[in-house]
Amino acid sequence: MAAIRVLVAKVGLDGHDRGVKVVARLLRDAGLEVIYTGLFQTPETVAAAAVDEDVDVIGLSMLSGAHMTLAPLVVQAVRARNSDIPVVVGGIIPNQDVTELLEAGVAACLGPGAPAEEVVQTVITAARGEHRRQAV
Amino acid sequence: MTASSPNPRLEWQKAFEESRLRDVPFQTMSGIPLEPVYGPDDGEFPGAYPYTRGPYASMYRSKLWTMRMFAGFGTAIDTNLRFKEIIRAGGDGLSTAFDMPTLLGLDSDDPMALGEVGRCGVAIDTLADMSDLFSGIDLGNITTSMTINSPAAVLLAMFVAQAESAGVPRAKLGGTLQNDILKEYQAQKEFVFPPRQSMRLVRDTVAFTAAEMPRWHSISISGYHIREAGSTAAEELAFTLGNGFAYVELARQAGLPVDAFAPRLSFFFNAHIDFFEEIAKYRAARRIWARWMKERYGATSERSMQLRFHTQTAGVSLTAQQPEVNLIRTAIEALAGVLGGTQSLHTNSMDEALALPTEKAARLALRTQQVIAYETNVAHVADPLGGSHFVEALTDEMEARAEEIFARIDEMGRGSMLEGCITGIEENWFQGRIADSAYELERAFNRGERIIVGVNRFLEGNEEDSLDILKITNEDEAKQRQRLGQVKRERNESAVLDALDRLAKDAVDPEVNLMPALIDASNVFATVGEMMTTMAGVFGRHVEVPTI
Repeated sequence: MAAIRVLVAKVGLDGHDRGVKVVARLLRDAGLEVIYTGLFQTPETVAAAAVDEDVDVIGLSMLSGAHMTLAPLVVQAVRARNSDIPVVVGGIIPNQDVTELLEAGVAACLGPGAPAEEVVQTVITAARGEHRRQAV
Repeated sequence: MTASSPNPRLEWQKAFEESRLRDVPFQTMSGIPLEPVYGPDDGEFPGAYPYTRGPYASMYRSKLWTMRMFAGFGTAIDTNLRFKEIIRAGGDGLSTAFDMPTLLGLDSDDPMALGEVGRCGVAIDTLADMSDLFSGIDLGNITTSMTINSPAAVLLAMFVAQAESAGVPRAKLGGTLQNDILKEYQAQKEFVFPPRQSMRLVRDTVAFTAAEMPRWHSISISGYHIREAGSTAAEELAFTLGNGFAYVELARQAGLPVDAFAPRLSFFFNAHIDFFEEIAKYRAARRIWARWMKERYGATSERSMQLRFHTQTAGVSLTAQQPEVNLIRTAIEALAGVLGGTQSLHTNSMDEALALPTEKAARLALRTQQVIAYETNVAHVADPLGGSHFVEALTDEMEARAEEIFARIDEMGRGSMLEGCITGIEENWFQGRIADSAYELERAFNRGERIIVGVNRFLEGNEEDSLDILKITNEDEAKQRQRLGQVKRERNESAVLDALDRLAKDAVDPEVNLMPALIDASNVFATVGEMMTTMAGVFGRHVEVPTI
């Protein structure tokens, strides 16, 4: 089976890149193919890169509090490209925001302190489309 | 290590006796009188080179550390209210957190600012916001710290413009500009211009404040973000001081004598959870700085050699799980900062792994400092851990590890720390080391070697999720955009264009100091984004090569 391809992305102005790099390495060490967008991306550039690279899943790292605005925009930008690539959001995501993010089409959320196995498992599950099937 | 003076205790005694002391009984709770410092007569003393034991002879007996609480969110009016609350609660210094768009020099109506306005700090677009921010606060009487880097020169200009319009001359302004651009490329990543062009702005602010703002600290050389980004304690120490040496070389290249600006440099360190390692780090920092300033850079003024620093407890040590436990972590970290001799301290709030702090959480964080300051008596004796075999050995070890890193930076710069720092940034050397250390820490956690209470052990209670957290609504963002729109409609447009024109012309000539042009532009309500875009037209923009 081909390795799962994941695009890890920083969207908006948030420069905190410790988490995204740690997660990128965790996923890589778990056997996934990882592409990192670099900082200061827009929902459009992330969606375009995800479609161009034909990834199985997008991982957004958000620590600045802008997730409620920007994560749904990434989902919309992906869908606008007729793609159903799932979007997983991780970072400083308070519990009370999770339901609304899932309703906005985010496949799964990972809060602060999520252990490595949970991160890897959530990304793999999302890549296989299992969150989506559950939602449907 | 023996001090250089023939009679260290007598020298110290003399300096101590000249110091004004706080009017409190310096004794234990049970009435045992305490000496201001303990140790052998021929050993090291605080206030004497190489300052391992503290920059001042009397340390906290003269003045406790400044309880400087970092605050900023929403609009300038919201933050102004929080500032006044901090002053009422007994905080004695202000520290301004700016939102992401401001940190990156973008206006609140920039498309990239969507969702970020007022979110992580206060939104400042023009002089009008700066006026709201400090309304009713006497800037001649309180010190103000501004955590701003890429647009530091712009915000300093706006601050000066605001103070002068409120009748406080620039020479009377006391405070600190973070203005540490090197660590932005290395760790914090809020950069705009390429490194060399950014360093020109740093030079301009250092020269301007040295000449016109004698009470102002021009750079707060910051290890905090380097550590938060994942470095080890030794890397935090070495990268920070290495950056400090780079700024010293920069100012010297600009023709400033070292003793004209070095006394206005200050430092900012993390207080992480490994108690003794942190204390050793602060002690080593003071010793290294003193020696390098004296021996390598030829400083003669004591103040150039005395490292003074601000401390913030470690944001990364906080957990979203069982957030009340963060109060305990923060108290331990704060105590390390105090036992390490910090000059000012910010304590994080227990809810900061989730959101910006609520007023109650911020007050509790301040109370933590007040308990340490007023109940524990730990501030009675300078460097209370000095002389401990363990702490002295760990201090030496931190110093040795830092020296190894300096040697590498110096080698990258072929004998120049300034060039070494810039080359290291351009070649992703700092960034790579920090990412490696962060990943190593994560793996230790995943192997179960590192225990975090409530995260991988002692999970009972995790299901309770009861903290009220601060909600920033999109209303603030809309309000701020309206505010900016109104200022733009009411200002004199041709005066703005003239001011920006002059800024562009000044920017082209690297010999010109940009501060006067920035102050003039601030005064006619040019926006932060307009000034930054104008300079980017000349300087270009920095793009980081993404590496994992």
